[in-house]
Parts: sequence; C-alpha cells; structure tokens
Amino acid sequence: MQLVTPAIGLLFWMIVTFLLVLVILKKYAWNPILSSIREREKTIQDSLLLAEKTQADMIRFQGENESLLAEARKERDLMLKESREMRDKIIGDAKTLADEEAKKLINRAQDEIEKQKAAAIAELKREISVFSVQIAEKLMQQHLENNDAQKAIIEKQLSQLN
Amino acid sequence: MPYFTVLFTMTSFRKHLWGLIFSAFLFLPAIAGQPDTHVSNRPSNHQNEEKKSKKFDAGKMIMEHISDSHDWHLWGEGHDAVSIYLPVILYVKSKGFIFFMSSKFEHGHTAYMGFILNQENKIVWESSDNHEPVYDLSITKNVAAMLFAVFALLILAIGMASSYKKNAGKAPKGIHNLIEPLILFIRDDVTKPALGHKTDRFMPFLLSIFFFIFINNLFGLIPIFPGGANVTGNIAIAMVLATLIFLTVNLKAKKQYWKHIFLPDVPIWMYIIIIPIEILGVVLKPFVLMLRLFANITAGHIIILGFFSLIFIAEAIRPGVGYFASPFVVAFTIFMSLLELLVAFLQAYVFTLLSAIYIGMALEEEHH
Repeated sequence: MQLVTPAIGLLFWMIVTFLLVLVILKKYAWNPILSSIREREKTIQDSLLLAEKTQADMIRFQGENESLLAEARKERDLMLKESREMRDKIIGDAKTLADEEAKKLINRAQDEIEKQKAAAIAELKREISVFSVQIAEKLMQQHLENNDAQKAIIEKQLSQLN
Repeated sequence: MPYFTVLFTMTSFRKHLWGLIFSAFLFLPAIAGQPDTHVSNRPSNHQNEEKKSKKFDAGKMIMEHISDSHDWHLWGEGHDAVSIYLPVILYVKSKGFIFFMSSKFEHGHTAYMGFILNQENKIVWESSDNHEPVYDLSITKNVAAMLFAVFALLILAIGMASSYKKNAGKAPKGIHNLIEPLILFIRDDVTKPALGHKTDRFMPFLLSIFFFIFINNLFGLIPIFPGGANVTGNIAIAMVLATLIFLTVNLKAKKQYWKHIFLPDVPIWMYIIIIPIEILGVVLKPFVLMLRLFANITAGHIIILGFFSLIFIAEAIRPGVGYFASPFVVAFTIFMSLLELLVAFLQAYVFTLLSAIYIGMALEEEHH
C-alpha cells in the first residue's frame, strides 16, 4: 500500500522541479535547439533545391551548347559549300571569259587574215595586170611587125580581160 | 562487497557455468514463491542461526530499495550501515516549518523534537495521542535523485543549445549527436503524426516530459549514488506527470473533444452507456499513463534486486551455495539491465507518444 500512496513531499518537490525544468528548458534549451534545427533543415533544403536547379541549368546549358555547336558546324559546312561554289563559279566565269576573249582574238585574227588575203589578192591582181601589161608590151613589140596579127591579139586579150 | 565477490566468482567458476545455470534454475522458485519460508524453515543448523542473528529478507530489502527514504543508503546493515543523511523539512501548523538532518533519527531508533520515523519510513508524532497532521516536505532520496538527474539534464540540454548557437548551421558534435536524433524522433515520429501543424507549440512540453522520464529512468539503472533511486517508479512522480497531461488535454481541448464526450454520434438511448464511459475515459487515460510508468519501472527494479537476492537466499539455504549461484545471477542481471535500458527508453517513448496522441485528440478540429 505504501508503494501506491503518493507522498505529499515528493508530489510537492516534483511539481516544483518539473515546472521549473519545463520553463528553463523551454527558454534556454528546446526553443534555441529546435529553431537551430529548423534553420539547419531549411539550409539543407535550400541547398538541395539550389543543387537541383544548378543541375537542371547545367543540363540545359549542355543542350544549348550542343545545339550551338551543331549550328556552328552547319554554318561551317554551308560556308565551305558556298566557297566551293564560289570558287567553281569564279573558275567557270574566268573560263568563259577567256574563251570569249580567245574567240574574239581568233575572229579578229581571221578578219585580219581575210583582209590581208584580200589585199594580197588585190595586190597580186594588180601586179599580175602590170606583169601582163608588160608581157603584153613585150609581146606587142614582137608582134608589131605583123599589124593584123597584133590587132587580133590585142582585141582577143582585151576581151578576155574584161 | 557483493559486487566484488560476484566478480571474483564469475571468473573462477566459469568452468562450471552450465552446471551452475542448471542449479540456479532450482533456486528460481525461491523468489517466485515465498523466499521467507525457505530461509526461515531451516532452523536445523543452530550454529549458523546464531551467527546470522538477522536473517536475509529479500522482500524487505527490495521494498526498502524501491521506496522512498529519508537517507540515502549506500552499503552495510544495521549499525554498520553507511548512508548519506538528507535534510528533513516538516510543516506543522502549530510549529511552522521545521528543518533538521535525518541523522537525528538514527534510523528510527530515536525521536527528535517529538517526531519519530515509523516502520513505514514515515515521520510521525512520537506520541500516538497527537493527531495534528504533519506535512513532510523533506528532501528525500527520490527528491535528491530527481534533482541530480534534472541537473544533468539541464547541463546537457543547455550546453547543447549554446553549442548550437556557437556553430550554427553546422552538424552537431559529440553527445549532441546522440540527443539530436532523439529530439528529431520525438518531433517527427511521435508528435507530428498526432499533432500535425500544432507540433511546434507542444514540442517543449513533450520534450521535457520525454527527457525527464528518460534521464530519471537511466539514473535509476545506475546501482550507486547518485543513481539507483526508483524515481520514475514512484507513484507521486508518475502522478504529477500524468496530471500535467490531464490538465493540458482538458484545458486545451477544442469543441469537438467535448462534443465527442457529451454528444457522441450514436443513438440517443445509448447515451446512458456511452457518456459515463467517455467521462471515465477522460480520467482513465492519464491514470493508465501514470500506472504504466510506475509499474514498469518499479517492476524493473524489483526484478534486478530479486535476482541479486537469489545469491543471499541460496547462501542462506546452505553456506557457500551463494557463490555458486552468483555467476548465473550476475549474467542474468546483466541481461535484465540491458533489457531495462530498453525499457527506460521505451517507457519514456510510450508516455510521450500517448501524451501526444491524447493532446492531438483533444485539439482535433471539426472536419466530418
């Protein structure tokens, strides 16, 4: 029975002690501890969120980098292609220009040749006519002895010349 | 003394351990049944009887250990006993407050200022004619032990708080590493499920209750001064804690709680049965809290002391048998002590858990 009969002294001291402990611990222990735990938890939470965000950013940046790289590669290819085309075009242009020039030159040369030829022929004709006049002169001097014959020949020659 | 004998015999008789365990089992009924009869029913050895004028009484020894007293018994028996005397504080209406040391009583052999220590270790008037009530507010063994434990708790907790302030944002160090998980456990696994967003409001109260019970339980397991007192196993301590829970629950209770008691959702004719049961439940919940703590801790102390008594009971049956019994007793006591370590935590946890649940039930808002 003694065991289950609360003693008044112990009740009194227990109430006093426990309430004091409660007040002291609440003010000087639990509240600071709990608030610093909460603070730490918040820091950890924030850090985790930041890390997650950073990772996402990293992935995004990586993707962006890759697309940038791909774009650059494409651009490079395009530029190469363009330059090749340009080169080909320039060469082609140069060729056609050269061909034309050559043709022109040839044509001019041909014209010149024709002209020269014509001139030469005319000259030749002139020379021949002179020669033939001289020949005819000589012949006529020989044939003048024979007047009739001479006349016949002259007329024949003249008709032939015309 | 018994500790040294026990340690010595433990090493030298290890070879016979199995035989000893078997023989010790034979002694088990000794405490399970009536140890007194076993001891006193052997008056055959006359010489022995004379040598031991005072027979070993396990029940008396255990009761002395688990109940409160005005001095802190360390070792020895009777006149050789070594105790720490504690201050006695009495209040009597006609005399006011009276202070003196409990050594004045000389273990109940002498009266002092008209008071005497009776068989139940209570301070009463020497003359049985005096019926004036005596309020004993002494610093008893339990009060002193409680103060030691509380002092340790204060140092630990306040030290922890200041170290948290010093290195804020960093991980805890040393012993705080051990306490912080407990705090988090109480907050996240015990209180939060019951109280939800109101957790923070009751955290200081519940943490104080948990750590008060836990540290007093642990101090109770230390066999020497300043531990060993059966503080949390004392009905007064458990009663105050349970009363605080009772007051918190009923003073903080919301409408829903009272509606649940006086206007439950049952047919009207059942009110005759339900309402008395509900009202009984209001008182019964803290009452069971008190009883559970008191019974568990006291039982733990009784078991461990009972096992130690086995040595002396065996010795009384036949001199020397106690030596044989001791290794088994020590082994089993170690086992029981480990179990009590678990119980120390478990009871603190259960008390806090149920308190949180009761408070949570009282604070429940109307939602259905």
